[in-house]
Amino acid sequence: MIRLDRVSKVFAGASAPAVDHVSMEIPAGEICVLLGPSGCGKTTTMKMVNRLIEPTSGEIYIDGKSTADQDPVQLRRTLGYVIQQIGLFPNKTIGENICIVPDILGWNRMRSRKRAAELLEMVALDPAIFIDRYPKELSGGQQQRIGVLRAIAADPPVLLMDEPFGAIDPINREIIQDEFLKMQATLKKTIMFVSHDIDEAVKMADRIAIFREGRLVQYDSPDNILAHPANAFVSDFFGGDRTLKRLQLLRVPDAMIHDPPTVTADDPLDRAAALMAEHGHTSIVMVGPRGRPRGFVDLKTARDGRGKVGENHESLATTIKLSENLRTAVSTMFRHDVTWLACVDEDGVLKGYVTLRGITHLLAGAYRDG
Amino acid sequence: METVDYILANWPLIASRTGEHISIVGVAVGLAILTGVPIGIAITQNRRAAASVLYAASIVITIPSIALFGMMIPILSLIGQGIGYLPAVIAVLLYSQLPIIRNTYTAITNVDPALREAARGMGLTRLQRLREVELPIAVPVIMSGVRVAVVMNIGVTAIAAYIGAGGLGAFISRGISQTDPRQLVTGALAVSVLAVVSDFALLALQRLLTSPGLREARAA
Repeated sequence: MIRLDRVSKVFAGASAPAVDHVSMEIPAGEICVLLGPSGCGKTTTMKMVNRLIEPTSGEIYIDGKSTADQDPVQLRRTLGYVIQQIGLFPNKTIGENICIVPDILGWNRMRSRKRAAELLEMVALDPAIFIDRYPKELSGGQQQRIGVLRAIAADPPVLLMDEPFGAIDPINREIIQDEFLKMQATLKKTIMFVSHDIDEAVKMADRIAIFREGRLVQYDSPDNILAHPANAFVSDFFGGDRTLKRLQLLRVPDAMIHDPPTVTADDPLDRAAALMAEHGHTSIVMVGPRGRPRGFVDLKTARDGRGKVGENHESLATTIKLSENLRTAVSTMFRHDVTWLACVDEDGVLKGYVTLRGITHLLAGAYRDG
Repeated sequence: METVDYILANWPLIASRTGEHISIVGVAVGLAILTGVPIGIAITQNRRAAASVLYAASIVITIPSIALFGMMIPILSLIGQGIGYLPAVIAVLLYSQLPIIRNTYTAITNVDPALREAARGMGLTRLQRLREVELPIAVPVIMSGVRVAVVMNIGVTAIAAYIGAGGLGAFISRGISQTDPRQLVTGALAVSVLAVVSDFALLALQRLLTSPGLREARAA
């Protein structure tokens, strides 16, 4: 847990404080993204935590202990640190880079090298190939992974990350972000993460802290900030499409209508029409024997046609998995020119469906309550 | 042809004078590394100190060697060492300072600030940062300063024969005073060969001391 208590920094010769009375608390195991335009004080705030910059006033506590009372060098060894430029030591092998903190902490060499190998496997880099290579032999994305591994090698409870994925191309950045989130799900580090990339912040953060001119403007969950920006600065910063950004925070089940009525191929059209009328739906999904969606019939066909569902159904353009977010769902609808999607689980069994209307209703819900 | 005969006939003498030559340059440059590298590191902390130290070292290097030897005679005579080995070593030590200090200073200040910050942020002390990161990265540049010092001072040491320091310069000074081109050419040739061989040997050492991670792809 990291707690900042009215922390300020005034650089010598500067008229305005770089960081102005910032108080915030990052609960253990959460990722807090410090977000804001350049020069807003987010990086300075982070560097005060590991005392690369000394605060002018205020206190910072890690797990209840004031950092000011600790030796800065010892303190830094308990705080993993990742920087945008990566900063791998070119004179050291990948193994030596990862083990730098364990080595200065005096770990036994066997133990630290075993740890390095485990970490490499965690990011799908074969230790046999990589441990004795030098940084220059690795791609940018691989180097960045090593940068993260180096920070967590001695298993510090806290990670400080200064735009860690900023120098990586967009495709690799997505991959590394996903990989990192997966790692974090098991590691549960308390993470302070500086970024100026809104999408990255929305994706990574449990909480976002918005900075402006040294002040903490808003500190809340991504969804709350997007739904209820504290002021014009925050809403402008996230842009006019901020509601759309909320879509990626929501999963398909959040907007899904669960356990909808279904028909099978052998059911008569009359029954399909009756079910739709009963539930107020305009389409109904036809499922196979194991509950997998096979197609659908719409209300008009069911009323006007005759015979069985199996003889009159249309095929489904596509389905969506429960694990997807709503941004993907909406994008899929647009791509296939449909207004609803059948939702399936990992086995392809129908679990419900999402409609465009249901999604807009869900998003608007946050505004109605507020 | 006469020179070749002279060389063949005086092989042991050439070897012993080469030994003296190497001993002067080796001891002096060795001491210069022990002083110059720490000075070069120390002045990275203060820009003004760096400017003055580098300026002073540049002035030293402009003093003609023969004048430097002359100036040292009265001073060192106080301890009975006005001529011979000691003033030769001191001169080479002084001349070596500039290339070694300057290269150390440049190499350390040119270490990527991101590496410095990463090292500091991970909890390396000042000494650990030097030992683990800054010095290993600076080694190739420091070593090239050492090579410059060695090659340059093999020439300076040849002149030290005039103050009785021995070495290969003795062939040259005798060759001149006795108008004996055989000795003159032998001395000049030996000095050149020694300089070239030393440079290659130090280059090999430099490669050995440089981490494979820092080597140029083609050199690996």
